Amino acid sequence: MTVTDLTVVAAGERLRSGSTTSTELVEAVLDRASRTEAQLHAFLNIDRDGALESAAQADAELAEGKDRGPLHGIPIALKDNMCTRGLETTASSQILAGYVPPYDATVVTKMRDGGAVLIGKTNLDEFAMGSSTENSAYGPSFNPWDIGRIPGGSSGGSAAAVAAGSAFTALGSDTGGSIRQPASLTGIVGMKPTYGTVSRYGLIAFASSLDQIGPLSKSVEDAAATLETIWGHDPLDSTSFSGEYPDPRAALSKGVEGLKIGVVKELAGEGYEPDVESAVAEMVEQLHSAGAEIVEVSLPTFDIAMSAYYLIAPAEASANLARFDGIRYGHRADGSTTEELMARTRAEGFGPEVVRRVLLGTYALSAGYYDAFYGQAQKVRAAVQEDLERAYQSVDVLVSPTSPTVAFKAGDRVDEPLSMYLADICTIPMNLAGDPAISVPIGLDGQGLPIGFHVMAPALGEEVLFGVAAEVERLAGFDARPEIPVVAE
Amino acid sequence: MTAYEPVIGIEVHVELATESKMFCGCAVGFGAEPNTNICPTCLGLPGALPVTNRQAIEWIMAIGMALNCEVSERSVFHRKNYFYADLPKNYQVSQYDIPVCHDGFLDVTVDGETTRVGIERAHMEEDTGKSTHVGEGGRIHSAESTLLDFNRSGVPLVEIVSKPDIRSAAESRAYAQELRALVAELGVSDARLEEGSIRFDANVSIRPEGIEAFGTKVEIKNMNSFRSLERAVDYEIKRQVEVVSDGGEVVQETRHWDEEGDVTHSMRTKEGSSDYRYFTEPDLVPMVMGDVWVEEVRSTLPELPAQRLERYVEAGLDSDSASVLSAAPAKLRGVFDEAAVAGADPRAAANWLTGEVTAWLRRTETEAPDLPLAGADLAELVGIVADGVVSASAAKDVLDGMLSGEGGARQVAEARDLVQISDTKALEAAVDEVLAANPDAIETYQGGEQKVVGFLVGQVMRATQGKADPKLVNQLLREKLSG
Amino acid sequence: MPIDIDIAHVARLARLDLSDAELEQYRAQLGDILEHAARVQGLEGDPSTESEHPLGFVNVYREDEVRPSLDRDEVLAQAPESMDGYFVVPPALESE
Repeated sequence: MTVTDLTVVAAGERLRSGSTTSTELVEAVLDRASRTEAQLHAFLNIDRDGALESAAQADAELAEGKDRGPLHGIPIALKDNMCTRGLETTASSQILAGYVPPYDATVVTKMRDGGAVLIGKTNLDEFAMGSSTENSAYGPSFNPWDIGRIPGGSSGGSAAAVAAGSAFTALGSDTGGSIRQPASLTGIVGMKPTYGTVSRYGLIAFASSLDQIGPLSKSVEDAAATLETIWGHDPLDSTSFSGEYPDPRAALSKGVEGLKIGVVKELAGEGYEPDVESAVAEMVEQLHSAGAEIVEVSLPTFDIAMSAYYLIAPAEASANLARFDGIRYGHRADGSTTEELMARTRAEGFGPEVVRRVLLGTYALSAGYYDAFYGQAQKVRAAVQEDLERAYQSVDVLVSPTSPTVAFKAGDRVDEPLSMYLADICTIPMNLAGDPAISVPIGLDGQGLPIGFHVMAPALGEEVLFGVAAEVERLAGFDARPEIPVVAE
Repeated sequence: MTAYEPVIGIEVHVELATESKMFCGCAVGFGAEPNTNICPTCLGLPGALPVTNRQAIEWIMAIGMALNCEVSERSVFHRKNYFYADLPKNYQVSQYDIPVCHDGFLDVTVDGETTRVGIERAHMEEDTGKSTHVGEGGRIHSAESTLLDFNRSGVPLVEIVSKPDIRSAAESRAYAQELRALVAELGVSDARLEEGSIRFDANVSIRPEGIEAFGTKVEIKNMNSFRSLERAVDYEIKRQVEVVSDGGEVVQETRHWDEEGDVTHSMRTKEGSSDYRYFTEPDLVPMVMGDVWVEEVRSTLPELPAQRLERYVEAGLDSDSASVLSAAPAKLRGVFDEAAVAGADPRAAANWLTGEVTAWLRRTETEAPDLPLAGADLAELVGIVADGVVSASAAKDVLDGMLSGEGGARQVAEARDLVQISDTKALEAAVDEVLAANPDAIETYQGGEQKVVGFLVGQVMRATQGKADPKLVNQLLREKLSG
Repeated sequence: MPIDIDIAHVARLARLDLSDAELEQYRAQLGDILEHAARVQGLEGDPSTESEHPLGFVNVYREDEVRPSLDRDEVLAQAPESMDGYFVVPPALESE
């Protein structure tokens, strides 16, 4: 096993025993990246000098006995929609080309305070709008398991980087599944925390009521360690949770004995690949054998959740993205009046998927259509929440596939927005509800592509969520690593 | 010719004088260097989020209470979407269907006639930045570019919308003035028109008298003083009457008041700007006011002009002097309250304060808070006048001495030798002397010309260097002349 | 049911300067998506609650305290055009 295959937990043990240094870890991932980036394009921007400087500091602190926690000295990557002071942040959009934020996102501050070493900023679908990372103004990312395929999205760069070993753990953002779906498609763990537990301050907003930052990691415990580093109440985010936080580690070794697990009836059938369905069914059987009670649960509103999502998210996005107008930062087109300048800047600066969603959201909110579309979508959202509340009265967690399919071929769905949207059908309800969920890799399909298992829990149910995820991880025993055709240096 | 009735509603924007902005910690202040009070939130940088200023919410509640509004149990912020260069996010955080305050009223008086103007709502929003147009000649229409300063962006702004209950330009002005006085009294805004911390827009329409249905309304903007508000509304009413009388139709539009030209101009309408696509602001959570909080805010309210007026009238002031005193500086009102407690006749105390004392302040260019007069001293002055110790005219001198630091009323009266001779025996001698010296006057009186008494009183006053009680002198003279 | 979209109006509201060909393409795509999205109209019954913050938070405020502002030079360095401490844009179409 090479150094870059280590988990955060294993690397941390070596750091603390003195058998390696943060500088060595950073050099190893930089070397890894230099040999895989041409194939994967996981990063938009690698901060080699900054990383080596932070690593030296982390090493000095450890030598003095100062330990900042589980990510101390660990090389990490950030999705490029999180603002980093002094480091270009574009959200993969042409409209933010060259933009250098004058402030750090709260998660960035927390990562720094936790001693993590930032390697670079990862690729994403422009403004996190997409499920394949093909909607990046700076070119797509590719899947380490098959570089002819997409890594999922929108946090595809973070997923590819972790899966390839060019970061030990990474942050993504999940608005409709943008952490869990790419994690599933690249064979790693991806987790969306309860809405409000990780600060959104400094996250370039896509859909404010749905966006949530979370970890993409190599193991369930790594995800817990990453989550612990970044979450907590933030007075700069009005939607931040200020109560007592659950302990995601408390149940890691508890197993599932006595738990009641609901299999979501609506997340199966037409559109789901047979290999995915059978792998998920097999895992459910294993969980049963491990002592869990299994029941089938019907959540009828899940059938229309996606429709609601594709109204609410674009509606919020249409306002969130209005600020990109060429006046205060970013790209500016010529125009003889302010109006002309704005309209041209936005048409030039936004890619087609962003334009599509901005138009869609503008339409859904406009006079005469609000009630039929946006208003009705909000009702569906409330109904999804009620459906889930009812379900959790009788089960502890819900499970499903994370994605109906394994990674698809690059270019396959680019011209079919609707079929691309279907990639998030399993993950979207959790964003509408604000509940936590996690994807855990459980095996490969017939073509050798990873399959993810989706576990969902009620709000602030991170303890039971991580407990079940850890058991899924143990039962699956998934330890395959992608073989990336590596170019010699 | 048909007579038309104007129907006017006024929208008032009040910038709150909080320390920090509505949704971020940037300082609120007029006159700072451009773009120095800015941060990710009020500049609309990617990723920035708003957090509501508690003080601003308490102050809009206070404004609502002062306007007799109901405070909503639950209130939410909405995004109002429109593109404008000085609006950094290209949406304004504002309120839509659940404002903090709604359904109140304000009484305004014009020429002794009081009208109750309904208040539709008072909602909370954020101010925009400021645009300065520069170019040849510095004129808007030849502007070559626009300079943007975002210091004002995000300053808490309360919008108060009246019902269309106003019927004249004079009432419009009175309403605006009354409202300005009220927010100033609450201490929640600088309320300076010249700095734009209070701004007025008017919606004007006309309808044939006796008709219920409203006419087409025109919004007029850019009135920088109470006077220009009144003139703009007046102009707009006349313009609309003229349009309709000529067989035309009033067009729904926004018009700009041109101060120099004394006219309103049509502004080009913003394309499609009427569709603001309001939706709940997902970056903020709902506000729940609750009885405890509402009562807490209510308990911090100062006495409001309307309540004060009522209290003065109950104390015995007529409505004119009650309203003059009510509008007087706080220091004077405080002296009044103290004097009343010390037993002074309220009417006399009020007259002194709104008359001589105010005149003295003006004459000596003294600020009201520096007035060197205690309520007990005023009560003493009122007392010695009532007791006839000094004459009404001498009392003015006594006050002057008091304000010059010469001591209490009685002390000054004695020191300045202003105490009246009200001893009959002492006066009789002077009266006799005057009568002896003016036999012609006696003849005239006895011939039926009673007016001559005035002349004789004057002679006695002169003989006593003005210290005699003129009433007593008059009485003695008549006795002797008739006798 | 095909959905009627005045795409040019929507693009104007969203301040997007698109060509006629682009508008037509987006109109068609939006039509497809909205037809699918219109399924929200099939929701049976009304939910008992309004959709809000998932954890039901209310009353989140900050105290009225001043915090440091950004450095103007750092901010203006990101601006496409600035002058004497101001951001600069061409004149507005309509004056206000």
